[in-house]
Amino acid sequence: MRPEQTLTAYALRLGDSALILGQRMVELVAAYPELEEELANANFALDYIGQARLFYTYAGELEGAGRSEDDFAYFRPEHEFRNLLLVEQPNGHFGDTIVRQFLFDVYYLLVLEALTRCSDRRLAEIAARAEKELRYHLRHCSQWLLRLGDGTEESHQKVQQSLDELWRYTGEMFAADALDDAMRTLFDGPDLGAIAAEWHRDVAAVVDEATLSMPPEQHMASGGKKGVHTEHFGYLIAEMQNLPRTYPGATW
Amino acid sequence: MYTQGLDQAEKKEAGGAGKESAEQLAAFQARIDVEEKIEAKDWMPEAYRRTLIRQISQHAHSEIIGMQPEGNWLTRAPTLKRKAILLAKVQDEAGHGLYLYSAAETLGVSRDRMVADLLSGKAKYSSIFNYPTLTWADIGAIGWLVDGAAIMNQIPLCRCSYGPYARAMVRVCKEESFHQRQGFEIMLTLCRGTDEQKAMAQDALNRFWWPALMMFGPNDSNSTHSAQSMAWKIKRFSNDELRQKFVDITVRQADFLGLRIPDDELSFNEATGHYEFSEIDWQEFFDVIAGNGPCNKERMSKRRKAHEDGAWVREAARAFADKRSAQAA
Repeated sequence: MRPEQTLTAYALRLGDSALILGQRMVELVAAYPELEEELANANFALDYIGQARLFYTYAGELEGAGRSEDDFAYFRPEHEFRNLLLVEQPNGHFGDTIVRQFLFDVYYLLVLEALTRCSDRRLAEIAARAEKELRYHLRHCSQWLLRLGDGTEESHQKVQQSLDELWRYTGEMFAADALDDAMRTLFDGPDLGAIAAEWHRDVAAVVDEATLSMPPEQHMASGGKKGVHTEHFGYLIAEMQNLPRTYPGATW
Repeated sequence: MYTQGLDQAEKKEAGGAGKESAEQLAAFQARIDVEEKIEAKDWMPEAYRRTLIRQISQHAHSEIIGMQPEGNWLTRAPTLKRKAILLAKVQDEAGHGLYLYSAAETLGVSRDRMVADLLSGKAKYSSIFNYPTLTWADIGAIGWLVDGAAIMNQIPLCRCSYGPYARAMVRVCKEESFHQRQGFEIMLTLCRGTDEQKAMAQDALNRFWWPALMMFGPNDSNSTHSAQSMAWKIKRFSNDELRQKFVDITVRQADFLGLRIPDDELSFNEATGHYEFSEIDWQEFFDVIAGNGPCNKERMSKRRKAHEDGAWVREAARAFADKRSAQAA
């Protein structure tokens, strides 16, 4: 793989996780427990979608084949999406969505921080912008995790269950593959081993303050990073891509 | 986005009137007449307060319910840019709901009470949101026609005699006019697109034209609250005046798009300088207001479900806040 191909694939992978989480969040519009949460979540979803657009646009430029952000979002089949399995998981209840976002955001923020120091200037700039947004997201979901964990007996149980059930999708984040290695070697990209340690420390701190328990060691699901997804994913993609694929060549 | 409905609601405003002296009422009217703004802590007739609570809360409810028909296309928006624009618009609507509820709270009613009235079906919201969004062009039509009609209604509300409402409207109107332009731009793109896209745009206009005209409420001759609201300068123009203004502007925009207004009787009257149009199907309007529109049940059941599903979350937040304040004490 040439260095630009590494960057292209890496930018696409970042864009995919951001877009798919954003897409899951827009499914929830007009269904949040409070009006203030509608506003907050629309903001976050807008940030993720905005980040995806920046990553995709850059990937298109690197690739040099004339593909736009929309070509990547709407005209790739499922198996070409390389998002983490965690972000494609269905919404479930409010606790599920908060835990999903929390687990991802802790990781994503650490990756973005590392990328601000990578040797590719453009990627570092996009990461710096996204990092600012993520700090706010993470504060928001951490606060909700505290409220739900240390709220009522019911909320405690529910959110503990969310944590236990989503935990198996976290291992994939830190399992470095050839692309992660190339990104690290060629562009001074994130060190996933170091990030894993920081992630566990940061997650444990909030989980502990929320009076919740860290889930036990368990088998970790994986596949998203190489395009093998969960069954839920096909529906998400079918819905998202339906219109442009039904009317190919149309401008919207 | 916004609402007619404002002149509907309760048959008669109850209570209070007997305790108000003729001097008080005259002094109040004198303030209105010289265009003084009435503020939250000022004395006001009970009927003025109730009219405003009804109108502002209906307006807020309309914003909240109005998120649903557009939210219906968020997951399927055809480009990432359109998705982001639509999401920002729906977020603006949540924001409008929030500060309209706040404006209504200045009149002594709690948000919980207003939300309870919406969920129980006691409070109304604009009939327009009970129509389904069946194609992407409906998102364009809603921005163009529904937000366009909303602006007609709301610009005069920026000069409403009640200060907190008038000020909220200034901000709302700025955002609405942005939404209206975005909607028109969606329509323009479709009309310059493929035959299928143009047909989609025409179909959306066909379905949303009459419901958009209904947004201005009943004809002046049948509008129960108008005269008093005009005297109090809550309302500045009559339903029919605003509707006419909307038609005059929108017909030209449809011409520009190359779309046909679905009204065989539509004609321009050189003498008056206005377009004349067919009688609105008021039976349909009253059916939708009465809860029998295509989506009334879906809109309400989605709102109730969101509220009920969120109960444990709100409870947890309260319990957590109580624990933390107990710890701090």
